[in-house]
Amino acid sequence: MSAAVSDAVLPRQPSFFTRLLGAPGAVIGTVVIVVVLGLAAFAPYLAPYDWNATSQCRRLAPLSAEHWFGCDLFGRDIFSRVIYGARFSLAMGLTTVAISLVFGALLGIVIAYGGGKVDRIGARVIDAMLCFPPIILAILIVAVLGVGLVNAALAVGISGIPRFARITRAATLTLVARDFVESARAVGATHTRIVLRHLLPNLAPILIVIATLDLGSAVLFTATLSFLGLGAQPPTPEWGAMLNAGREYVRYAPWTMIFPGLALFLTVMAVNLVGDRLSLILDPRQRDRS
Amino acid sequence: MLANAPRLMLVGRRLVQFVPVIVLATFVVFGLLKLVPGDLAATLAGEYATEERIAQIRESYGLNDPFLVQYGRWLWNAMQLDLSRSFQSNEPVLEQIMHRFPTTMLLVVGALLVSLVVGVPLGILAATNAGSRLDVAVTSLSSFGVALPNFWLAMILVATFSLSWGWFPATGAVRFGADPAGAIWHAVLPSIALAAGGIAEVVRQLRSALIEILSSQYVRTLYAKGLSPSAILWKHGLKNVAVTLLTVIGLLASRLLGGAVVIEAVFAIPGMGSMVVRAAIVKDFPVVQGVVFTMVILVIAINLVIDLLYTIVDPRVALK
Repeated sequence: MSAAVSDAVLPRQPSFFTRLLGAPGAVIGTVVIVVVLGLAAFAPYLAPYDWNATSQCRRLAPLSAEHWFGCDLFGRDIFSRVIYGARFSLAMGLTTVAISLVFGALLGIVIAYGGGKVDRIGARVIDAMLCFPPIILAILIVAVLGVGLVNAALAVGISGIPRFARITRAATLTLVARDFVESARAVGATHTRIVLRHLLPNLAPILIVIATLDLGSAVLFTATLSFLGLGAQPPTPEWGAMLNAGREYVRYAPWTMIFPGLALFLTVMAVNLVGDRLSLILDPRQRDRS
Repeated sequence: MLANAPRLMLVGRRLVQFVPVIVLATFVVFGLLKLVPGDLAATLAGEYATEERIAQIRESYGLNDPFLVQYGRWLWNAMQLDLSRSFQSNEPVLEQIMHRFPTTMLLVVGALLVSLVVGVPLGILAATNAGSRLDVAVTSLSSFGVALPNFWLAMILVATFSLSWGWFPATGAVRFGADPAGAIWHAVLPSIALAAGGIAEVVRQLRSALIEILSSQYVRTLYAKGLSPSAILWKHGLKNVAVTLLTVIGLLASRLLGGAVVIEAVFAIPGMGSMVVRAAIVKDFPVVQGVVFTMVILVIAINLVIDLLYTIVDPRVALK
């Protein structure tokens, strides 16, 4: 609306990346994410050993110059496995958030834009779905689909849909009541056009914010399912599955669980740090305040 | 007495509103498991079953009836506290759940207490010193808590406090009814591991709510009136964050219930969580249905109680 005016009056804003990296936490987070992405991309070149090659060293051997993170029960190099694990974490997180975002937003928009009876029933369905603790809903879905990495990702993605739908519905409801939607309708715009050209662009910042804030927990959530034995199955070098395998040797070979857990923790931490910063920049309310 | 009339009305209205939620939620639980590919009766009958045996099983489980009839029967039975029998052990599901329920609840209540006892003072400390080093330290710690995988923390706690130092038992649980002290003893480490995320949540929400209240117009007026900062905080500030705190408790109860599933796995605690995970892996559907049903009803009941508490903490809510 007044974007053109305020652009002319205000001094030029610093670029997106300058603002993103304006806080030390966000810088650290970005560095960690870049490292994780680098590990994922160049795993075959960076990993000193084959992730699945057994008897590379003595079973449960402690840390050494040859095996920085020690060895697991099958004599596999944990350092190499942790590096390969990077391939799953962010990819799984992004996939699940994409599922939650796309379907949640679609549902929220349709319900709120439909209004009336559609909205009343839809809101009830969302309320009902929100009564499921997400992990319980995910377990239910895995029970239906069967265990496995892809199914776990689907389960986590689906269990996030109600949350995204509720936020999108609320945001759409306030938009639908606004004058510009009314005028678009008055000049005869089709529903599709109103949703795509008028609602979606206005919802985008909110959706991006909730998606980025959700990414960290999505990474954690998929790893949790693998840890429970519902997601990635051995010998997949997924961090959650590795932690599950290391469970038995907490006492005599703590390195089997320390390093995969540390990698998971740092990744989630980094994603959250960047997400917090991103939401500060993108959230219109926050922006107005600063 | 008169003040209670609107409250009772609200209770009634809420109860009526929860009926469709319960019906929808149970429909999802039941409907999803009907989507399982393959013939359930054939699976149940085993690999070498005859056609007659499969037909017999199909008949005895009522699998020939239309979907809605099956759902109606299941819901009707569930309302009469019959959650069917486990495919695996053939034991009544409700009996198994009742047996494990206290163990899981002890864990959840313990974690909720730890979250509040640690989180509330930290949240107040951070909000009243907003922007200070202390605030930065507390908020950083709470970001750690959010990102920390609770099962990883649990393993580290076990390795340190149980296996190395022997302060707490590493695995298992004791029934509260049999030995309360032993039950709590066993629940200490799991509760702490479960509470890490809860503490972080309490700190974050309480801090931002308190900061907002402390910077509001009426608090400024209180300062102008000459009230001391501590009087403002204790008499006015905290009274107004009570609503936020209730919301957080409701949120946490649901999340901790889910988190208990994971923590139970680490500590080999025979609770509802470990039961549902195993059932999901071996596709013991009545057990999955039963546990999910119980948890959903629990979450709904907790929300109902929280809604009621709102009206006590903030009388304006009842009038709406």
